[in-house]
Amino acid sequence: MSLLGIFLMIFLVVHLGINLCLLRSDGGAWFNAAAHFMGTNYIVKVFEVILFGGFILHILIGTILQIQNWMSRPVRYKVTNKTYTPFLSKYMIYTGIIILIFLLIHFMNFYFIRLGWVSNPNITAEGEPDFYLIAQELFVQPAYSLLYIILIIILGFHLNHAFQSAWQTLGVNHPQYNGFIRWFGTIYAILIPLGFIFIPLYFLLIR
Amino acid sequence: MKLILKIWRQKDAKSSGKFVTYNLDNISPNCSFLEMLDILNEQLISQDKDPVVFDHDCREGICGMCSLYINGRPHGPDDAVTACQLHMRKFRDGDTIIIEPWRAKPFPVIKDLMVDRTAFDKIIQEGGYISVNTGGAAEASSILVSKKNAELAMDAAACIGCGACVAACKNASAMLFVSAKVSQFALLPQGQLEAKERVKKMVKKMDELGFGNCTNTYACEAECPKLISRSNIARMNREFFCAKVS
Repeated sequence: MSLLGIFLMIFLVVHLGINLCLLRSDGGAWFNAAAHFMGTNYIVKVFEVILFGGFILHILIGTILQIQNWMSRPVRYKVTNKTYTPFLSKYMIYTGIIILIFLLIHFMNFYFIRLGWVSNPNITAEGEPDFYLIAQELFVQPAYSLLYIILIIILGFHLNHAFQSAWQTLGVNHPQYNGFIRWFGTIYAILIPLGFIFIPLYFLLIR
Repeated sequence: MKLILKIWRQKDAKSSGKFVTYNLDNISPNCSFLEMLDILNEQLISQDKDPVVFDHDCREGICGMCSLYINGRPHGPDDAVTACQLHMRKFRDGDTIIIEPWRAKPFPVIKDLMVDRTAFDKIIQEGGYISVNTGGAAEASSILVSKKNAELAMDAAACIGCGACVAACKNASAMLFVSAKVSQFALLPQGQLEAKERVKKMVKKMDELGFGNCTNTYACEAECPKLISRSNIARMNREFFCAKVS
């Protein structure tokens, strides 16, 4: 779980980098070029398979572990656990399920279009799907943008616990570095979602 | 103090239990929690009723026998103490106190508040020891141990195996207990010889017995009466990875 989580967290940085191309006022030239590169480059295609494997394994292992955890306490307590624990750490499976739903919506809107599974009227001059126009059409709808922002905030909640938890699972725990790991994880869990949130806000309010 | 107690009563392992309410009066705030239960039991016996069964032994916080889940927390509302070291002054007059047994699949209820913690013994039997051949006792100073490691090993060895970590964990995971036992040996030269086999076998047994998985909520550390650190869990993970890949 931890290794897959760290792998997915690195992927999020790459994903954000591509998304930020949407902010250029070039009619989507950079963004569509990036989308074209990601869709056609053979090395990227190999990584795509690894990425999908990473996602599926993370979801699968997470689900199995959670089911085992539920089974390990067949009779529940009458008084719910009053022990102090970091708030977000208790809800990883729930934030994870919401992120999975988000992922499916995301695939409907973007990835399935590339595969040709979902019809799309926005085509570039080269005859490829114009992902810039697709993104713009979605983000100018306040309801879609609001849903997107809420789901990204929930992703941030997931990441906040995930980062330090991954290192603890890998055995990285040392009084000298624990503070830095927690600090870096919190900064990561704030900055990455903020970057993603800025894009719908840009389309809604600035552009 | 006047108290309302809601206690889990269960005839035996096979019966289904229920909460029974008892009213207690004239309880001294200086009474320990277990003494308060003794008073209740004396009253129940005098009324020819079945006393409440609960585990206890030393009553000085070192044996790890008491195992009460009090108002949603293992060992009650005080920090870093066992239930026997908890005093009634931590509660208020008129309080309702809900007392439950440890809840975990590997800790089945035997009767009332007493649970079977043999699962911990089974984990220890898998390697929570150092095999020693009989013979003349070696000079203790002949094996040097750094001060830092000696202290960390001692901190881990402070675990009394009460099971509060399992009771507190939302997943009923025994990682803090097992990691303390793995760490106390992994930190010392005497434990090195069997270190790899020990961690693999103890973790395997822990999983077999049906304890949950660690999701790093650190409830175990927060409720441990001996303040065993989560750093032991990280150490066990390191030991486990190294043992698996080498």
